[in-house]
Amino acid sequence: MLNEKPVMSIRNLLLRYGEGCPSCRGSLEKNRCAVCKTVWAVNDISLDVYPGEVLGIVGESGSGKSTLMRSLYFDFTPTSGCATLRDYKEGQKNIWDASSAERRMIKNTIMGMVYQNPILGLRMNYSAASNIAEKLIGAGSRHAGQMTLRAAELLEAVEIQTSRMCEAPKNFSGGMQQRVQISKALANRPALLLLDEVTTGLDLSVQAKVLDLIRKIKARYGMSILLVSHDLAVIRMLADRTVVMLDGKIVESGLTDQILEDPQHEYTQQLVHSLI
Amino acid sequence: MGIEHRKLTNNHYNFAFLDEGSKREIRRATLKAVAIPGYQVPFGSRELPIGRGWGTGGIQLTLSLIGPEDTLKVIDQGSDESVNAVSIKKFVGLCTQVKTTTRTHEATLIQTRHRIPEIPLTQGQILVLQVPIPEPLRIVEAREEITKQMHAEKDYAPIWLQLYESLVKYNKVTIASEYPCMVEGRYVMNPSPIPKFDNPKLHKSSCLYLFGAGREKKIYAIPPHTEVISLAFDDVPFEIESFAGQQCRLCGSGNTYLDEVFDAQTGERFHQCSDTSYCKEVVDHAQ
Amino acid sequence: MAYVAVSGGKEAIEESIRLLDYYRSGTNKDIEIEAIENKLSLLVDRVMSEAGLYAKTYAALALKQCEGSPEEAVFLLRAFRSTLTRNYYTEVVNTEDMRIVRRISAAFKDITGGQILGATYDYTHRLINFDLDQENAAELKEHMHNMLTSQTAEEIHPCPRVSDALKKEGIIDSCEENNQPPHDVTMNMLEFPSDRSARLQTLTRADTGFISGLAYSVLRGFGQVHPTVGELRCGYVELYVPYLSEIGESIYIGEIMMTEVECFNSADDKDQLKLAVGYGAVFGRNENKAISMSVIDRELDAGGPHPTQNEEFVLMHGDSLEMNGFISHLKLPHYVTFQSKLDAVRKTRG
Repeated sequence: MLNEKPVMSIRNLLLRYGEGCPSCRGSLEKNRCAVCKTVWAVNDISLDVYPGEVLGIVGESGSGKSTLMRSLYFDFTPTSGCATLRDYKEGQKNIWDASSAERRMIKNTIMGMVYQNPILGLRMNYSAASNIAEKLIGAGSRHAGQMTLRAAELLEAVEIQTSRMCEAPKNFSGGMQQRVQISKALANRPALLLLDEVTTGLDLSVQAKVLDLIRKIKARYGMSILLVSHDLAVIRMLADRTVVMLDGKIVESGLTDQILEDPQHEYTQQLVHSLI
Repeated sequence: MGIEHRKLTNNHYNFAFLDEGSKREIRRATLKAVAIPGYQVPFGSRELPIGRGWGTGGIQLTLSLIGPEDTLKVIDQGSDESVNAVSIKKFVGLCTQVKTTTRTHEATLIQTRHRIPEIPLTQGQILVLQVPIPEPLRIVEAREEITKQMHAEKDYAPIWLQLYESLVKYNKVTIASEYPCMVEGRYVMNPSPIPKFDNPKLHKSSCLYLFGAGREKKIYAIPPHTEVISLAFDDVPFEIESFAGQQCRLCGSGNTYLDEVFDAQTGERFHQCSDTSYCKEVVDHAQ
Repeated sequence: MAYVAVSGGKEAIEESIRLLDYYRSGTNKDIEIEAIENKLSLLVDRVMSEAGLYAKTYAALALKQCEGSPEEAVFLLRAFRSTLTRNYYTEVVNTEDMRIVRRISAAFKDITGGQILGATYDYTHRLINFDLDQENAAELKEHMHNMLTSQTAEEIHPCPRVSDALKKEGIIDSCEENNQPPHDVTMNMLEFPSDRSARLQTLTRADTGFISGLAYSVLRGFGQVHPTVGELRCGYVELYVPYLSEIGESIYIGEIMMTEVECFNSADDKDQLKLAVGYGAVFGRNENKAISMSVIDRELDAGGPHPTQNEEFVLMHGDSLEMNGFISHLKLPHYVTFQSKLDAVRKTRG
């Protein structure tokens, strides 16, 4: 797997709130400079996502993992750094240099995103079918019948009855909304799926169902997944490899099993302990 | 000081009301609009003695284009006699003294609200349409700053989504009038509140169509022979209003846009041509 | 069958216009333009301000023509304005040189140059004065004239603004004078994000009711809550136009009455606070509108989630002519579009 070309490569990604100062290097308290108050939310992150793998990012809230994820989907603009996609300009162009039309194309066809908060990912007042069609239209489809067939297929894949496809997600439960988001993200068979705390806030039984669903989807479509969670149990269940983030930085990375069995960093050890 | 000392009378207004500088500026915007079919050109809309929202964009186009040799026709809802058509005709007449007509083929300049005449327009004729809301994307996006960017990037997905959603909900595209169309494969355009019935008349026509929105300060155009396609999915053809089996009770036409008329006394429902001058010509011809 | 949907429009319009005269014909007494100009001067001021045309006599005439409807009068003045050729632009007016007739500050008791209460309804008791029914206008005029001439005129010196001192102290940001030609909203379409000059022009011409309601919403909590009127001044400013043959020379063409307001709000300045200024300036004696304008100006600068902080929302919906034109157009026939709507509704019902 690691011999293949990565689906996505991130190099030296930095996102800070504030201008920074000469003493930032030495005087960070967690991720905030005691002198100039600059917050180093994502601090020099580099990583690769390979075809077909699930890469987990685990860390406490405020560790920068969601900021990292949402920067990748253009919700935030990083201060510096670079990310390339195998399917965008053959990995030769930084995605943050893309024009807004190119960004739309990337979001429609190369990456799919599932947010923790479904309001960010869904049009709550449009039907579930239209939510999926939005992606298909964005990718150029102008055939209503085909779009409806595809929407039905995707909703079925996330175990939503097609009889409900004409209903708006605002009438759905939290778990169902997440499943509509997943089907929407999958609409154009993206090479990479971004999952940002997708089960956080759901009931335990619903969580298990959604996680199980993600596993099935993964088996069926075979795309790469970048998965962010504060919950090591979620990571353990899904991720092939895991990156541990703390205060904006990567403190440890490796195969998930290896990290669980033999955590090196003090923070990771705490995490693993709390799991048992 | 009284008004008389200022030597102002009711007859001192310039030909076609606006000063020549303003008229030239509006013509310049019009030329740009013709050069980029379907693109909304902003212009410095002037205030007129007629209300904003009552056709001031169209009137400004008419005033800036009209010359003493022109023959003017003004219609509203297809009718030459409608109050607003009469009012506009009266105003343009007052400040230009040009010839007016109700016969479509005689007119060089036709100003209209909500209809395109039934008789196909020919080369050399200009149809000026009054537009309340020029932005076809307004139904999906309220902010001008954003819709401008959407046009620039040809990002029309939201309006297609709107069409799709109405199919999901009602099994029909439910946009009535102001049905958006794609001009020369580039700009989505609002054809003004004409019924869908009139949309096909915009496609590869022989005349020049000009659209003026006074309140919103935009001018756009469809030059002759331009491709204008009403938005429709590949498998759901564009559909116009249907009057199946109905015909005009005055002239008997079965292929025109019909108004529904109720007889107050009997409660009966009739249909008659919305284009009154066309209707009259058919009747006259038959006699 | 004689029923015809739309015809006879011409006759109907003529009769309708004749009927309008009927509504002005209920009395033998005429109302003179001079009387409107002098006795309904706040209404005249309002109309001039919303029309963006300083012409008292025309405003008075317009009011007479339309039974005193402010929006109709604004309409008449605006349409008239379109026919006027623009020959000159006046030089920038510095309101520090204003010949002040009223000046107050709600921020400081003592201000350089002093507070001048001037004429205001603020402290009157709003009791209908039944004596006015029998007022003798000539007597009133003579009485006021005698009163004024019997007093020794006090000289009022031009004075700096209240905000100047705070600028020196650094509490209010100082800025360079911007002498760029303004973005003229009467000649160009408003674009977003807008120029500040375009914003101020749009606000000063806005409908008084609209802008007052918006400012009120800010005070009630849909905004930054409670600004302080740093200074309100009302008076005459002199207008000059450049003298074409002599560079640097200019000609005095007259003076206009205007009201100017600066309101203060606290604002973020990194880790501390500063004061930010909202600006309002309108034709005539028009105090609440000037204050409202300054409140909205500041809200638009601050930005945020409230309606008054949304530039497009505020600037696109406050023009008297545009709002009233579009609302009244709803009375026009919509037979064709309604027929189309009916067709669409019927089709979904099978």
